[in-house]
Amino acid sequence: MSTYTPPLQDANFVLDQLIGIDQLCEELQLEDINTELASVIIEEAGKLASEVLAPLNAVGDANGATVANGQVTETAGFADAYEQFIANGWATLTGPEQFGGQNLPNVLGTAVNELWHSSNMAFALCPMLSQGAVEALIAHGSDALKEQYLPPLISGEWTGTMNLTEPNAGSDLAAVAAKAVPSGDHYKISGQKIFITWGDHQMTSNVVHLVLARLPDAPAGVKGISLFIVPKYRLDEQGQPSELNDVSCISLEHKMGIHGSPTCVMSFGDNDGAVGYLVGEKNKGLRYMFTMMNHARQTVGLQGLSISERAYQQALQYSQERFQGTHRDGSKIAIIEHPDVRRMLMAMKAGNEAMRALAFSAAADIDRAHNGDDSAKKRVELYTPIVKGWMTELAQELTSLNIQVHGGMGFIEETGAAQHYRDARILPIYEGTTGIQALDLIGRKTLFDKGEALKGLHSDIEETINALKASDNQSLSGFTAQLENALQRATEAGNWILDNTAEDPRLMGNVSFDNLMMMGYLVGGWLMARSALLASQQDSDNSAYSSAFLEGKIATASFYAEHYLPRVNQHADTVLTGLKSTFSLDIEQLQGA
Amino acid sequence: MKILVAVKRVIDYNAKVRVKADNTDVDLNNTKMAINPFCEIAVEEAIRLKEAGSASEVIVVSIGPKACQEQIRTALALGADRGIQVETADYPESLNVAKLLAQVVRDEQPGLIIMGKQAIDSDNNQTGQMLSALLDMPQGTFASEVKLEGDKAQVTREVDGGLQTLSLNLPAIITTDLRLNEPRFASLPNIMKAKRKPLAVTSPETLGVELKQHSTLLKVTPPTERSAGILVNSVDELVEKLKNEAKVL
Repeated sequence: MSTYTPPLQDANFVLDQLIGIDQLCEELQLEDINTELASVIIEEAGKLASEVLAPLNAVGDANGATVANGQVTETAGFADAYEQFIANGWATLTGPEQFGGQNLPNVLGTAVNELWHSSNMAFALCPMLSQGAVEALIAHGSDALKEQYLPPLISGEWTGTMNLTEPNAGSDLAAVAAKAVPSGDHYKISGQKIFITWGDHQMTSNVVHLVLARLPDAPAGVKGISLFIVPKYRLDEQGQPSELNDVSCISLEHKMGIHGSPTCVMSFGDNDGAVGYLVGEKNKGLRYMFTMMNHARQTVGLQGLSISERAYQQALQYSQERFQGTHRDGSKIAIIEHPDVRRMLMAMKAGNEAMRALAFSAAADIDRAHNGDDSAKKRVELYTPIVKGWMTELAQELTSLNIQVHGGMGFIEETGAAQHYRDARILPIYEGTTGIQALDLIGRKTLFDKGEALKGLHSDIEETINALKASDNQSLSGFTAQLENALQRATEAGNWILDNTAEDPRLMGNVSFDNLMMMGYLVGGWLMARSALLASQQDSDNSAYSSAFLEGKIATASFYAEHYLPRVNQHADTVLTGLKSTFSLDIEQLQGA
Repeated sequence: MKILVAVKRVIDYNAKVRVKADNTDVDLNNTKMAINPFCEIAVEEAIRLKEAGSASEVIVVSIGPKACQEQIRTALALGADRGIQVETADYPESLNVAKLLAQVVRDEQPGLIIMGKQAIDSDNNQTGQMLSALLDMPQGTFASEVKLEGDKAQVTREVDGGLQTLSLNLPAIITTDLRLNEPRFASLPNIMKAKRKPLAVTSPETLGVELKQHSTLLKVTPPTERSAGILVNSVDELVEKLKNEAKVL
């Protein structure tokens, strides 16, 4: 079983140096929130993550949740861990003060979420879904619903779920068929929902479902979907959970990963109808879901970092313990001394640090956007598909490298490397597949504003390149040239997309994936370059960071430039071909013969 | 009743200890630091006594440069009420620490003083005992269980032969052993509250204590590297090697 050590120094560096959390919190008018407090919070959260949640990760994988009589029983040990998680107030971190939250910025919530998902992603999905429900209620719920549901959801006393998907409504939610019939002051909800993460469990006294359903007179398609709140236990007059609502989990999916997270088939209204309450206005449910999309998608992107970080730590440990080969003096060689193993470790380290820089930067821009900063809002829109799409795709490669470092033992389940690889596989799928992210990036986020947000990003990268050129630090010069070259190629590909694909949806679709990956490697390279520049500017005798860390930052950025930046060029090359052969075979020809 | 807890800033027990190249000391530059684990147990015990209604206030004291305020804040985040830092340029040796603490005790008049049995950096295991002598108070060292009953503290001690239970007249000094309790994690609301809790800074001069050097650190060397082991073919061979090569039998 692998242990987990929170990467405190890098998290602090990104928050303090790259984001400038002190200044951010001043902008947000959050008094007393600063680097020092942030580092204490991350360190304390890290203790719970590494000592309580991490040891349960393999337990959840081997002993997934079970279901009987409509009720789910979670993995043994999870309930105690959850009890500790909420008793220590971690669920309240970003919630508004008015409803019992600590009102801390999203960027700090993101830094802490990284630890939960690294230590135990299956477990952390539960509070993650609650946070989604909280956001939906804050943005769209009536005052009465907020008062009733927000305090217990923010404290973690109850958990929340998102009931969107149905057997025939996956990526296409226009096909939602669940029904809601008015009945006095409430609605009777009926229908079946699938893939409901943490749809049921015994850890809390209530589970609050947010459910998409149609009213009897609703228009067809996406404009006829409304959002309802359906508690597992109906509330009595004091707002306490009382009798069981007409909601049950009828089965659990058998998945390739995240076994500790129950993925439920939920049935509503099998008997007298599940009592539900309308959230916001009728027929606006799907729009409400979209308001939470940036945050939810960024959190899934963050999971890509979290699981890759855990995989890296495992690979790093194993590569020092496994000896293969003999030195001339007869002593054994740890595999970490072999160049190809070292290459894999560096690829993981560089990938993780780039992802952390991007995830935290995007999270900070969500804070700025909520605070009314329009340019940050545009940047969030642009970043979101990159965070979700690129980071979860990179996680596939990095968790696979961990298996490769382990050699044959990596293929053996007991080693635990396989779990991270299997767990990571859902990430490019749920909350919008990579294909959906790629279309979002190229369509809504690039073509729709005629490349304005994209050009803003390009000019920020240009600015960093100029600052790098102005630096007299020799160790930075190598990757300055590589970043400049990558930016040039990405600009070329971006202009080609703007000039050629606006009127040609198929061409746009063909190149969308390569555009997404190109943008990911580019932004990652830019943020690594900025980090290296900031590290080079630290006075090493008088820095909060060790000289080993600061030198490591620059060396890791150099490795990123050598290993990952050429991928920008490669993806740009593909974009520029238009990938015109994509549809050159018809379906019969694909079937071969 | 007030409880006074002393905490020391030491190298984190998870951190790898490096020795300076010139062997003058341990290299603490940019090393992760933390509350000494035994001191953390002392903080936990004090907070539990307060939660049980046996104490009204928990005061945390640390002695050292400004950086040790981090450890005071950590103790405040665990639930202590206020902190006192005695500012010194370096980390003074045990007798000086005991003299400084004695003066803080005279000023604060706590009913109970709880501290770690030793710090994991210097492993001296003497400050509590010295403090007891300086204040002429009873001591219960290596505590694995503490109960307060009226004006007495019942302390179960881990001694070589097993467990020994003492009844001490309060005020008294208790030093903690590893099994006294399992310290809690700081909760987020308490971390947020900690930054607003009072933290007073004082100095040896204000306390009227003159720091004296009683010992000098001559050199620090790392433990010798363990050489690779060998496989023996029989018990006889093992015994033979233990007798003649290792010379431990």
